[in-house]
Amino acid sequence: MKPAPFRYVAARSLDEALALKAEHGDEARFLAGGQSLIPAMNFRLAQPAMLIDINPLKELDYIRRAGNVLRIGALARYRALQRDAAVARHQPLLAETLPHVAHPQIRNRGTLAGNMAHADPASELPAVVLALGGRMHARSGRGERWIDARDFFKGALTTALKSDEMLTEIELPDLPAKSGAAFLEVSRRRGDYAMMGVAAVVTLGADGACIGARLAYCNAGEKQMLAGKAAQALVGRRGADKYISDAAALAESEIDPQGNVHASKKFQRHLAGVLTRRALQTALARAGAA
Amino acid sequence: MSEELHQVAVQVNGKHCERRVESRLLLSDFLRHDLGLTGTHVGCEHGVCGACTVLMDGLPVRSCLMLAAQTNGHAIETVESLTNDRDKLHPLQQAFHEAHGLQCGFCTPGILMTMMAFLKETASPSEAEIREALSGNLCRCTGYQKIVEAVTLAARRIGQAGAR
Amino acid sequence: MTAEPRYLGARVTRNEDARLLTGRALFVDDVNPPHLLHAAFLRSPHAHARIKRIDTGAALKRDGVAAVYTAADLGSYWKPGPLLVPPPPIKGIAFNLRAQVPLAKDKVRHVGEPVALVIARSRYIAEDAAADIAVDYETLPAVVDMERGAAGGPVVHDDLGSNIASRVRQTKGDYAAAARNAHAVIRRRLVYDRGASVSMETRGVVAEWDAKADKLTVWDTTQGPVFIRGGLAAMLGLSERQVRVVAPFIGGGFGPKMMMFYPEEVVIPWVAIRLGRPVKWIEDRLEHFFATTQERGQIHDAEIALDKNGKILGVKDEFLYDTGAYNPYGLTLPINSQCTLLGGYVVPSYDSSFTGVFTNKPIVTPYRGAGRQHGVFVMERLLDIAARELEIDRAEIRRRNFIPSGAFPYNNEIIFQDFAPLEYDSGNYAPVLNKTLKMIGYDRFLADEQPKLRALGKHVGIGVVFYIEGTGIGPYEGARVQVQASGKVSVATGVGTQGQGHFTSFAQIVADQVGVDVRDVDVVTGDTDQFYWGAGTFASRGAVVAGNAVNEAGKAVRKKILRAAAEHFECAEQDIVVAGGQASIAGVPGKTIKLGELALRANPMRGAVKPGTEPGLEATSYFGPPSGATACGAHAMIVEVDPETMTIAIKKYVVVHDCGTVINPLILEGQIQGGVAQGIGNAFYEQLHFDDQGQLLNASLADYLVPTALDVPRMELGHECTPSPLNPLGIKGAGEAGAIPVGALFAQALEDALDLPRRGVEILEIPLSPNRLWELAGALFKQRGTS
Ligand SMILES: Cc1cc2nc3c(=O)[nH]c(=O)nc-3n(C[C@H](O)[C@H](O)[C@H](O)COP(=O)(O)OP(=O)(O)OC[C@H]3O[C@@H](n4cnc5c(N)ncnc54)[C@H](O)[C@@H]3O)c2cc1C
Ligand code: FES
Ligand code: FES
Repeated sequence: MKPAPFRYVAARSLDEALALKAEHGDEARFLAGGQSLIPAMNFRLAQPAMLIDINPLKELDYIRRAGNVLRIGALARYRALQRDAAVARHQPLLAETLPHVAHPQIRNRGTLAGNMAHADPASELPAVVLALGGRMHARSGRGERWIDARDFFKGALTTALKSDEMLTEIELPDLPAKSGAAFLEVSRRRGDYAMMGVAAVVTLGADGACIGARLAYCNAGEKQMLAGKAAQALVGRRGADKYISDAAALAESEIDPQGNVHASKKFQRHLAGVLTRRALQTALARAGAA
Repeated sequence: MSEELHQVAVQVNGKHCERRVESRLLLSDFLRHDLGLTGTHVGCEHGVCGACTVLMDGLPVRSCLMLAAQTNGHAIETVESLTNDRDKLHPLQQAFHEAHGLQCGFCTPGILMTMMAFLKETASPSEAEIREALSGNLCRCTGYQKIVEAVTLAARRIGQAGAR
Repeated sequence: MTAEPRYLGARVTRNEDARLLTGRALFVDDVNPPHLLHAAFLRSPHAHARIKRIDTGAALKRDGVAAVYTAADLGSYWKPGPLLVPPPPIKGIAFNLRAQVPLAKDKVRHVGEPVALVIARSRYIAEDAAADIAVDYETLPAVVDMERGAAGGPVVHDDLGSNIASRVRQTKGDYAAAARNAHAVIRRRLVYDRGASVSMETRGVVAEWDAKADKLTVWDTTQGPVFIRGGLAAMLGLSERQVRVVAPFIGGGFGPKMMMFYPEEVVIPWVAIRLGRPVKWIEDRLEHFFATTQERGQIHDAEIALDKNGKILGVKDEFLYDTGAYNPYGLTLPINSQCTLLGGYVVPSYDSSFTGVFTNKPIVTPYRGAGRQHGVFVMERLLDIAARELEIDRAEIRRRNFIPSGAFPYNNEIIFQDFAPLEYDSGNYAPVLNKTLKMIGYDRFLADEQPKLRALGKHVGIGVVFYIEGTGIGPYEGARVQVQASGKVSVATGVGTQGQGHFTSFAQIVADQVGVDVRDVDVVTGDTDQFYWGAGTFASRGAVVAGNAVNEAGKAVRKKILRAAAEHFECAEQDIVVAGGQASIAGVPGKTIKLGELALRANPMRGAVKPGTEPGLEATSYFGPPSGATACGAHAMIVEVDPETMTIAIKKYVVVHDCGTVINPLILEGQIQGGVAQGIGNAFYEQLHFDDQGQLLNASLADYLVPTALDVPRMELGHECTPSPLNPLGIKGAGEAGAIPVGALFAQALEDALDLPRRGVEILEIPLSPNRLWELAGALFKQRGTS
């Protein structure tokens, strides 16, 4: 399994990378960690004419606090995120999820931005970014813009990025006070894409009732999936088991899993219910629910 | 169509090395075929088996998921770097020998390189930590138990040597 | 004086390790002769189709391409492969051989069957050019399901008129009468689905024709280099002396690397000769899922007749066996299933028949266990169900039916895969089972721990299964042992080695016989220029058969040493002691001579070697066991299941094993642990999912789930030793033992964990998965409230 021929360019500057991308459009791909792109090329499932290697662009390799948001540059690798104190402190959901993504060797290369741009609905990380209400910063020779995570994912392997745009940064806002989050998945083996996974975030009001919730799923549909109705069902409630089960049941029907060799659609729905319930229990406990 | 070539200057096992490589040449093939470092094995070419694991700037990576052209200015270490004395194995290799941590030995170079980095970061690892660190390397022969024992033994010895 | 075994039975670390650990060991893909060309195969995307036209024009024009071949280009070299193992002499047997071809001609019969071959400057270019080849296919409905395939519909081999590859019936006693008189007859359908061996090294072939020496060298990832040498020589019209086949270090074999005469194995040497340039083909992982043989699809309709005490009166079994698109390996696999089913039990009557079915799927040949899994699975499951219905403890019902230790050799009356009657050489089964129960804490778990855990809402269960393994079959192996002038000893045998530690086991045997340090014994395996004769590594036979050949040759060399030393010292042979690399006169200090020195003297430059004496200290011996040696063992496990997600956690795993004399416990442990890991993969992780078009849906290591270090538990091992009377060393094979009973164990332990039988659910199939468990039993755990 060897890749088809292509042109390789090691970008010397962001401007050069953007200019090349603008020139070659969909024929060209950015090369970040390469942990999704190169396997696809080795299988000849992807045959881009040009790779623009952004690894030399050290200015994109950062994880930064700015006010109450965390800014994650396009070249921030999983490894760095896993070891970053600010991530652990302010975005523990991301830290909790990363060990489920592949293996150490893959995490030494893979980038969060590459994962977002790859937009595999089976991946854990779009779910996490959706649950955290993140935004994406895109740049091109034409300018720059912010895209809300909810508008970013357009389906399997498709995003809102235009063919000349690079995803340069992911911004994750701190969760409000009295919030709790949890990620749970069931995979066949550790490090595999999950049969089902859920990222749950809840925020409680002063009286202990839920004032906000987000439930995001991986491998739950043709696209990255927030279960809005299920989350809405929690709002205004206190974390009684009954409401949790209702939300879990709603989530089961709201998602649209596709089934695969490891799990039938029915089993996936079932797992979504179980995991939603469990994740909510943990998230609520972490939010300080009585 | 003749392919465009890239000049790469890369440290391989401590030696400076310059070559012209095609864009699409995988690092695994570059090491094995261009440099003759056939200790790095290839078991899948899609990043799953771990046999091709080498260190890039000290960190384990899949050499089948990198391009040779990408290594320009970087340092690569392969299994051949662990010892240059025919008769004296590196303590990690020695532990694999003593604990019977290998059978066919095909997965072994990738595991050794992964464990080199792991032991640097984790001084006295628990069995659970070792298994977690090994989980990105498939072995079809051993059932892993003796690999775990080998790594435990190596960790102890390397720890002792460090303490001295 | 016989040698005092010093190394036999010792935990000797391996001689081959240093080469492997430093990256120096030569694997086939490491062979890089100058001017090497690379091959890539174009393979069928369809499971079943007629080839209308192949256009290679564009491929040939591509820069860097040296040649492109299709079946038509092979001319008279194009021939179906040989029958590798003839069917045994069983009365009334039907066997229709349809062997694989080098490149598909008119029709493709499974996805991945090679259709064309590109030779180019690099593998990259060869793959580019393969993609340039245009093939017109007329697709045909595929035979995927073996039951439907057997019943009618499309046929894989048109000339055969049906998909029936074989039919065999073997009987013993009168089952019908046994069933009539039985207290209980239990009947079930049991299913075992396909899996793949997935050695970490894929297959590969490098062939080089040396025009000046008139000689072909082939480096091949084969477990049977001697067969390949003979076969290739015949096909290519060369003398066997002109063909050297080398199986260097092999990255795991497990059966499918047997002497298959795979298309690539046959075509690459031909191309190398034709082009006068060395050619390399390395299977990639994608190809491996189609081009390397697979195993395991069987459906059994089985019944067992018992008396009221749970004593077996008889077993009847009818099974279908999926042989894939071709069946070059004969009937080894289903006959193993048929024979292994009888297990370690007294089964007075047996009526077993099977039907082999061609399907449009990759070829089926033995993979570790080689059909034994199925037999064990059927029998152990039937006993579990019987125990339940008769209210007998699971372990107890096995104990009641064991062949008593006094009954060996025990003749089961039917014919085994080695053509000999299925006769167990020796065995003592109860102690093996008892030790297993003790180690796992069976009684305590059932009486005490499990009720407590259940009260806490946990789903934890135990399983215990017993199996026997026919090992170490003939025909024979040979070995040459030679003391060199340096004092080092070299050993050559024809078997290949794929990680089983033969370099060390054989060295241990020889070191003991010849009285040298084990590190001074250099073993060469798998090079036909080093040793001419042999069969190969299969059926857990390497250690048994080649090991004994090595032992015999070692003994012969020892005799020569004694004689030479006695002559040298002018004393009696009985007075000579051979140890520490030298021969000396017992009790006389100073009277010693180094073995190297003796070897030199035995090959003098001047003077005459005495008539009747061979030069050198060298001997070649062969060993062929009269029949296979039967090993046995038991596995037990405690497992916890999360009934909502159906994920599992193995809490404890015990194996007790009896494979006769153990050459090297360290190596044996490794073999067992590795086997168990494969068994666990087979039982709960690995499955080949074909759709109804015969397309494999999970042809990558990302979706074909080889267990990782987190999935395979720590195992506790115990040993018993009942030596085999069939060979002087008393050894029995061990290579497959770890893998064989794991399916049966999983079914039983998972049933127990989820308390399924009480709720009317039985597990009658392997592989399992969380998804499958949930389909079977999920409904039982639905409304459990929050956990
Ligand atoms: C064995 C294995 C197991 C894995 N298991 C998992 C798993 O369990 N869960 C999981 O989520 N992932 C898994 N992955 C995939 C891994 O997470 C990838 O790292 C990730 O999906 C992509 O990140 P990357 O940086 O490697 O991107 P690349 O592979 O470099 O790129 C992926 C795609 O995104 C584009 N791209 C990259 N960066 C940008 C950018 N800044 N702007 C615009 N486009 C860009 C590329 O052009 C390409 O199309 C696994 C990978 C392997 C090899
Ligand atoms: S060859 Fe690179 S991970 Fe398998
Ligand atoms: S030792 Fe053979 S694959 Fe690990």
